[in-house]
Amino acid sequence: MDPLIILHAGVATGTVLLFATIGEIFAERAGVLNLGLEGMMLIGAMSAFSVTVATGNGLLGLIVAMLAAGGLSLLHGVVTIHFQADQVVSGLALTFLGTGLSLVFGEGLNKAGAISLLPTLTIPVLASIPVLGPILFTKQSVMVYLGYLLVPVAWFYINRTRPGLHLRAVGENPTAADAMGLSVYRLRYSYVMVGGSLAGLAGGTISLAISPGWFSELTTGGMGWIAVGLVIFAQWDPWRAAFGGYAFGALRRTILDIQGPQTLLGLRNPFFFNPYFGFFLQMLPYAFTIAVLIIGSREALRKRLGAPAALGLPYVRGERGH
Amino acid sequence: MTGSDSAESRLPGGIRLPFEIQVEPRLHVPRWLSPLISVIAILVALLLGALVLALVGGDPVRAYAHIAGAAFGSLGVFSDTLVKATPLIMTGLACSVAFQMKLWNIGAEGQFYMGALGASIVILAGVVPADAPRLVAIPIMLVAGVVFGAAWGLVPGWLKARLRVNEIITSLMLNYIAIALVNYFIFGVWSEGGFQMTRTFQQAAWLPRLSDLAEQFPILRGLTTHFGLVFAVVAAVIVWYILFRSLWGYEIRLIGDNPRAAKYAGINITRNTVFVMMLSGGIAGLGGMSEIAGVVHRLQGSISPGYGFTGIIIAWLAKLNPLVVLPVSVLFGGLILAGREIQPAGVPRLIQGIILFMLIASEVFLRYRIRLVRRP
Amino acid sequence: MAEVANLVEMRGIVKRFPGVLANDEVDFELRPGEIHALLGENGAGKSTLMSVLAGLYKPEAGTIRVRGVPVSFGSPRDAIALGLGMIHQHFTLIDSHTVTENILLGLDDPRFLMRLARYDERIAQTAERFGLHVAPSAKIWQLSVGEQQRVEILKMLYRGVQVLIMDEPTSVLAPQEIDQLFKTLRSMVDQGKSIVFISHKLHEAMSIADRISVLRHGKVTAAGIKPEATSKAELANLMVGRKVLFEVEKKPRQPGEVVLELRGVCAENDKGLPALRDVGLKVRSGEILGLAGVAGNGQSELGEVITGLRRCTSGSILVNGKEVANRPARVPIELGVAHIPEDRTHVGTAPNLSITDNVIMKGYRDPPLAKGRTLDRQAARERAERLKAEYTILAPSVDTPARLLSGGNLQRVILARELSAEPTLLIAMQPTRGLDVGAIEGVQRLLLEQRDSGAAILLVSEELEEIFSLSDRIAVIYEGEIVGDSVAADAETVGLLMTGGAGSPKTEAAA
Repeated sequence: MDPLIILHAGVATGTVLLFATIGEIFAERAGVLNLGLEGMMLIGAMSAFSVTVATGNGLLGLIVAMLAAGGLSLLHGVVTIHFQADQVVSGLALTFLGTGLSLVFGEGLNKAGAISLLPTLTIPVLASIPVLGPILFTKQSVMVYLGYLLVPVAWFYINRTRPGLHLRAVGENPTAADAMGLSVYRLRYSYVMVGGSLAGLAGGTISLAISPGWFSELTTGGMGWIAVGLVIFAQWDPWRAAFGGYAFGALRRTILDIQGPQTLLGLRNPFFFNPYFGFFLQMLPYAFTIAVLIIGSREALRKRLGAPAALGLPYVRGERGH
Repeated sequence: MTGSDSAESRLPGGIRLPFEIQVEPRLHVPRWLSPLISVIAILVALLLGALVLALVGGDPVRAYAHIAGAAFGSLGVFSDTLVKATPLIMTGLACSVAFQMKLWNIGAEGQFYMGALGASIVILAGVVPADAPRLVAIPIMLVAGVVFGAAWGLVPGWLKARLRVNEIITSLMLNYIAIALVNYFIFGVWSEGGFQMTRTFQQAAWLPRLSDLAEQFPILRGLTTHFGLVFAVVAAVIVWYILFRSLWGYEIRLIGDNPRAAKYAGINITRNTVFVMMLSGGIAGLGGMSEIAGVVHRLQGSISPGYGFTGIIIAWLAKLNPLVVLPVSVLFGGLILAGREIQPAGVPRLIQGIILFMLIASEVFLRYRIRLVRRP
Repeated sequence: MAEVANLVEMRGIVKRFPGVLANDEVDFELRPGEIHALLGENGAGKSTLMSVLAGLYKPEAGTIRVRGVPVSFGSPRDAIALGLGMIHQHFTLIDSHTVTENILLGLDDPRFLMRLARYDERIAQTAERFGLHVAPSAKIWQLSVGEQQRVEILKMLYRGVQVLIMDEPTSVLAPQEIDQLFKTLRSMVDQGKSIVFISHKLHEAMSIADRISVLRHGKVTAAGIKPEATSKAELANLMVGRKVLFEVEKKPRQPGEVVLELRGVCAENDKGLPALRDVGLKVRSGEILGLAGVAGNGQSELGEVITGLRRCTSGSILVNGKEVANRPARVPIELGVAHIPEDRTHVGTAPNLSITDNVIMKGYRDPPLAKGRTLDRQAARERAERLKAEYTILAPSVDTPARLLSGGNLQRVILARELSAEPTLLIAMQPTRGLDVGAIEGVQRLLLEQRDSGAAILLVSEELEEIFSLSDRIAVIYEGEIVGDSVAADAETVGLLMTGGAGSPKTEAAA
């Protein structure tokens, strides 16, 4: 039960959540709710693993993962943007589709691969920073560092650039955006695919770096759904998304590790290889997600802020109101 | 999408087709259009499924023929299909009821498990005496199953009603928690010989089957269809009555269509959110109870291959109509039954996903009329 | 006389929507440096025609020339590039963004990085030039409606638009603000702009326009006539096609007991700011109290607290002596309070449910529609059929979903539902908004009938003429306070009160 190890692993697992959550933040800021993250992460994980095992090239695997998941999210886009179907149900269908496709095409994949298929790095100077160095910059997968970069870049893009302004406009008031000459459809499609690709990247990160291998549905174990919840907790902000992701990752590791030692804080460890309590520990991540959601929702209520105003609503130009 | 305007309707690369696609909102929806479109959507989905199967090296024709035969080929097999359909009817009803109010209950799976747990607890913990007759044991199990399922629906319902917490995620998280809870009981407390199951229930806790009557009617020999089917049909009729004949159902449908208008009409949305989620959870819980009392007669690990999720698709395909849920569930029951033997293992799930997707995509044809007009 | 070259020429414009021909071979011309009013009742096709000019819609047929050159617009962007910009009736602003962000939206400059400070300055300068005062870094939701309109105008001016199309710009302004707007328009014309002014208000068109064109049912009935050369009656005739009575028949009536009483009511709006401050009101049976006020001064919140759709932070609301403040919405309904809401589509009706289902929305809990806990569908259908005939709701059948009904018919459904219950108190919020003249007359007639049979009516309307002609008493609301009670029915007094001027003496309500 080493706090250093827990935080270190937390950052690693958290990176997966971070990718998926930030991707969904992009999509939701544009006004499109995509609940199919779990399915897209699975497709990403499966395709990244199978391509990398076949070609030995991890980067190629990641690219294919992003393309596959992005392509799947394009379907969601067509159905919700052009066909104006209900975004919730379409997202659910996408989950089924993604899960099904990954199971079918992943059948027979050699499940081996306990070794990471992507390089792990230690950054020389930064690794010597007390406390943070060993956690953040020592022996972390290259994906983790990518995550560090993504967060500020995403924040800057959304809040300080012109395309970011357009993104936010389309999700807040698509009618206004349309009237100002923005192509609502094109922008929504783009960001839905960005969200999908990042979810695919998240999946690839799992199967290539964090928990290498392909274990059917257990590969993601509900992380796609947790990411959806984290978006609300994050109040659609990349920094909070990162915080939530890392905290969640740390929690996961804690649950694993707490069952190990015979003594906990000097007392006999009640979780020590106890088959019964193990199940309650299993519940913790999901209960945690619910708690996180409650916090996020209350905050949104209090601040009278919250979701992008047009989230979940299809946009039809030229509606003749009464 | 109005008239022929908007540059969006041009194909990428500036390709111009010899005709123009005109899309306009449909003013009147003929009654026969909706089922027709659903059927076409399913056929297209099956086609796509066949394509995917072929891509991974399977034989789609043989697979589909196998499914048809293995699900509906003979009386015995059809009886098995009905057994699979029974829990599907329940989860389909549970989802229909909630969706009518635009409450996205994704937790039917967890509520199903909790219902099974509740029914098991009253037997295994001795609430029902070991020597109690069937007429005592079964009703108590039924009530327990419904109550546990309703409680599991209450949580996301209350959170949504009072704290505006998204019910999709909460109900989904509760699925995982419910399964872990059930695991606790079957691996730990009541584990039978270290296997992941409890002891078998006493005979009085078994739902009667058709094969019980095999002595009087030899034709019924080996048929596993059980009394849970009766529960399911009765539940469907009751839910239909509630939704389309009662005052409550009117309120539910009004809230689902326009919550602001419902509030304006003096309807209490908070209370209805909680009650409808409890009703939904209770029905799913009844499904869980019926499954363990009718099929496996004990609490064990894998009592549901995703009935709760398939219920979503069934509800959508049935257009949220409880009576239509019945035949649709039989169809999916057959798919699940026969699909067990198909390789690869993800195929039934995939086909379900494609079907739901095609259904959603096809709804556009109900809202819009598409015409091809020759370009001058 | 020398031929003045037209700045904009539209010829033979045809625009169809499903089920309706909005523009039927319409011609329109705009000369440079003029204010051209486009007049017509609601639904005549004026907004549609100008939306075509602004690039929002593509016409089925017809041509558009700008400065003599034929043009075709793929989107509003193309129109703006040619100097044509439209300011819609419903603002296209993003509430959570600042003024500057809204103005810059859709422009190619700044290229990538948003350094707002520099643009804040530029926009302030543009605003000065045209006399439009607004704080660039303010967020839209913090601004008043009049200020938001200025932002909309600035949006267009910043883009160098030469032709400004304004759709019903005065519907959200008080009389004094309208004068200010007209001054602004004149100054813009002096600086070389041309303006198309869409309206259904005759007197405004006559006072501001250089030329007037009239549309009726999608066709042009008058093109480019000068206001001096015509009269209100003639214009009304051109708009509606028959003689229009400007007066409604109102019989004098002695008001009875107090039905609605508000004392010291305070409430907040959705943003948590005070919307109602210490409001006191009395409405008697057989009396119409007209509440005048510019949109956004608390009227909506007032209607909501009375009907149980909003909490009050203090005060009491009595209906026939019974307290309804902060009680569930069912309480006033059961006390006989009827409510015609401002928002027909999003509050007053359920779009996918049938006319029958919509019509029973308030009365479904009681017999004969309810039999115990079940709905008597036969009785519901019979009532719907009866009301459909009585209120002339035009629809294929009572099973038609509400979303397919036109605005006028939807309002008739709501009226049928609310008025057939023979209410003791009727809260009518903007009941004739967006309706054509025939429908307006019908609604006003129904309101008077209710008054004559003893109902107490609180009428909230943006149309001063309607308030004047229907009300027995007139009150004015300004910034959440009742600033005038039993006010004289003339535009100047009321207008002054609506904009907070002239130290409003609160006259004592007649005992």
